[in-house]
Amino acid sequence: MTADRAGDASQVHVSLRNITRVYPAQAGQPDVHALGPIDLDLTKGEFFAVVGPSGCGKSTLLDVIAGLARPSAGEGVFEGRRIDGDVPDGIGAVFQDDASFPWLTVFDNIAFGLRHAGHGEAEVRAQATYALEFMGLKDFARAYPAQLSGGMRQRVCIARTLVLKPRLILLDEPFGALDQQTRLLMGDELLRLWRETRATILLITHALDEATMLADRVGVMSARPGRFLEIVTTHWPRDRDSTIVSNEAFGRLTSRIWALLRGESLRALGREQGVA
Amino acid sequence: MKARDPVLLILILVAAWQVLYLAVGDVALRSPARTVQTMAAMLGDARFLPHVWETLLAFAQAFAIAVAVGLLVGVSIGASRLAGEVAEPILVALYSIPKVTLYPIILLIFGIGMPAKVAFGAIHGIVPIAIFAMNAIRNINPIYLKTGRVLRLSPAETASKILIRAALPEIVTGIRVGFALTLIGTLLGEMFGAQRGLGYLLMQAMSLHNMETIMALTLLLVLFAASVSAVLLALDRQLHQRV
Amino acid sequence: MKSPGLLRAGLILLAVGALEVLCRTGIIPSLTAIPPSAMVASLVEILRSGRFAADIVATLRNVSISIAAAMLVGVLIGTTLQSLPATRRIFDPLFATYYAIPLYAFYPLLIVIFGLGDLPQVAIGFLLAVMAVIINTLNGLDRVPKVLLKAARVHRLGPVKTALKVRLPFAAPYIFTGFKLAVAYSFIGVIGAEFITSNRGIGYEISFAYNNFDNPVMYALILFVLVVVTTINMSLYVWEKRLLARRLR
Repeated sequence: MTADRAGDASQVHVSLRNITRVYPAQAGQPDVHALGPIDLDLTKGEFFAVVGPSGCGKSTLLDVIAGLARPSAGEGVFEGRRIDGDVPDGIGAVFQDDASFPWLTVFDNIAFGLRHAGHGEAEVRAQATYALEFMGLKDFARAYPAQLSGGMRQRVCIARTLVLKPRLILLDEPFGALDQQTRLLMGDELLRLWRETRATILLITHALDEATMLADRVGVMSARPGRFLEIVTTHWPRDRDSTIVSNEAFGRLTSRIWALLRGESLRALGREQGVA
Repeated sequence: MKARDPVLLILILVAAWQVLYLAVGDVALRSPARTVQTMAAMLGDARFLPHVWETLLAFAQAFAIAVAVGLLVGVSIGASRLAGEVAEPILVALYSIPKVTLYPIILLIFGIGMPAKVAFGAIHGIVPIAIFAMNAIRNINPIYLKTGRVLRLSPAETASKILIRAALPEIVTGIRVGFALTLIGTLLGEMFGAQRGLGYLLMQAMSLHNMETIMALTLLLVLFAASVSAVLLALDRQLHQRV
Repeated sequence: MKSPGLLRAGLILLAVGALEVLCRTGIIPSLTAIPPSAMVASLVEILRSGRFAADIVATLRNVSISIAAAMLVGVLIGTTLQSLPATRRIFDPLFATYYAIPLYAFYPLLIVIFGLGDLPQVAIGFLLAVMAVIINTLNGLDRVPKVLLKAARVHRLGPVKTALKVRLPFAAPYIFTGFKLAVAYSFIGVIGAEFITSNRGIGYEISFAYNNFDNPVMYALILFVLVVVTTINMSLYVWEKRLLARRLR
């Protein structure tokens, strides 16, 4: 890891040791070993992507880091404190399914977290308006999510997360439900967000090009039970955007990752079709 | 849902009843045991059975009419898109009015006696059966009609071989709801103005403050309604699962 | 292509017109029914004279109490049961068969226990309405997407705040359906009970008028009930449709 490119290397933001998740046996079936063991250190301010075949436990990993799920074994540490069943302060998350609140306007959605934290109304307005404009939603402040496209609703969810100034942002296939072109544009938005907030970002995606384009490091997971086969460093400069795809290294990195993944994906597929 | 769950529920309800009785006493309630005893005695009493028969007869006729007319109206309306749009608000409005309000009119038309009871029960049941049948027909997947044509079936064959089976689950749900409402309607009719029947007995017991009889009759009606409803519900569920 | 609304209005006018003609020509004897125009005239007269004002107020008040009680108790029980799945499963058969049971059969029991006041009628209205509220509250809460609950946890909301700020607001349109039904059932329960036995209220007055062969008053009051109840129910029905349309989920 090059210190000047991938955040402040001396600060470990999230540390995972031996994280495992096993779902106990249902009637007659064996235990389902869903994830792990995983060892991972995220440095402060880095952009880390996770790719892997479907069912490998990527989402479970995110849930464990967020404190949404307890690992069956192992320990996670965030900012020096153990992650233990509750969501720690300073973490934001965006999911693949639209989590915008349909009964609130876009503005009220974004202001939701701020109001809950008890900020004064003037400050809520200021912060929410800033996030609104930052995510390009200024014209839609009074609209309801049902009136917006999928991409815009995800932007609402991102704005709602970012307005709370999280230090760690977790994204679980946030653009999975969007079309390819919207995805590429959202990728640029994400980079802009990352530079502005200086947060540590963990992005889970099934799109290899997205991972390679956006991240400082890409963790390639094996088929279930997911473990890291390799962590590939991209060495991109911090001020990159989606045009990085024309960089010669991009093709090499993506090929390398696919070479790692291809066998795993076939294996995952074979398992789905009943082959051991 | 395992077989023991409804049993558990019944036990809980009976236990709650007993506790309530212990708390309130004979002034307002009777115990479960006593009520069952009274009910058994009633069923064995020769003077009681004619009333049961009266109510059953009225109910059966009312239900038959409700099903026949309800299905006829519902299917006819459901078959035409325009008719459905026109009629639906009317049917929904009819469903939500307190039909008891219409009872004096029915008495004026039919006079006191069996025909009035039957009419009252019927009007309670017709509306839900019609609504469900209408929706059942409207919601038939158009692909079934296409299939009928591709298989070169005549309209009558399409209807009898495909459409009826497709619409059946919803129709049965409607009939189940109609059953319950027809029973309520018939009973209400007897409670309001009749000289025979279980509803009449209930009102008579009320004016005589005959606690045992009131609770025994209520229990009998509840048991009857619940058991038939449970059977219809099982049938309903089975039909919906196959879809 | 005629609009369904116009056709419907036309149909209703036709039916009323036919009734008017049949009554005026004596085909329907006046002892059985009076013409619709006479019903309206009688109703106008009654309303102007305020003759049944006390009864109308009594009925409406009892209906309102029934609705309020059903909503309060219903939403509370529904919300509680939704978070206790094991308990809920035990009561599932009750939810399925509740409306099959002739609840009016309990009315005599209630009268003997509580006497001939307003309480038995409110109780019947409540018993009829509360289950609809419970069922619809459960339905609405069941439909809360898991991702919203996840988002609530990430916002560190805690169970009570999650219920108040996420689950119940999401379920609100479905709870409104329960409200719409609570209104309809409360009217049915209270007025029905007034009919059977009572000492005041609109249902009682209709029954009284019938027993005294007072057709003009009887039909006027029946018309009044039908018009008021239908207007309220229809407005709620339209409002409900709009609420559900705002949500895509």
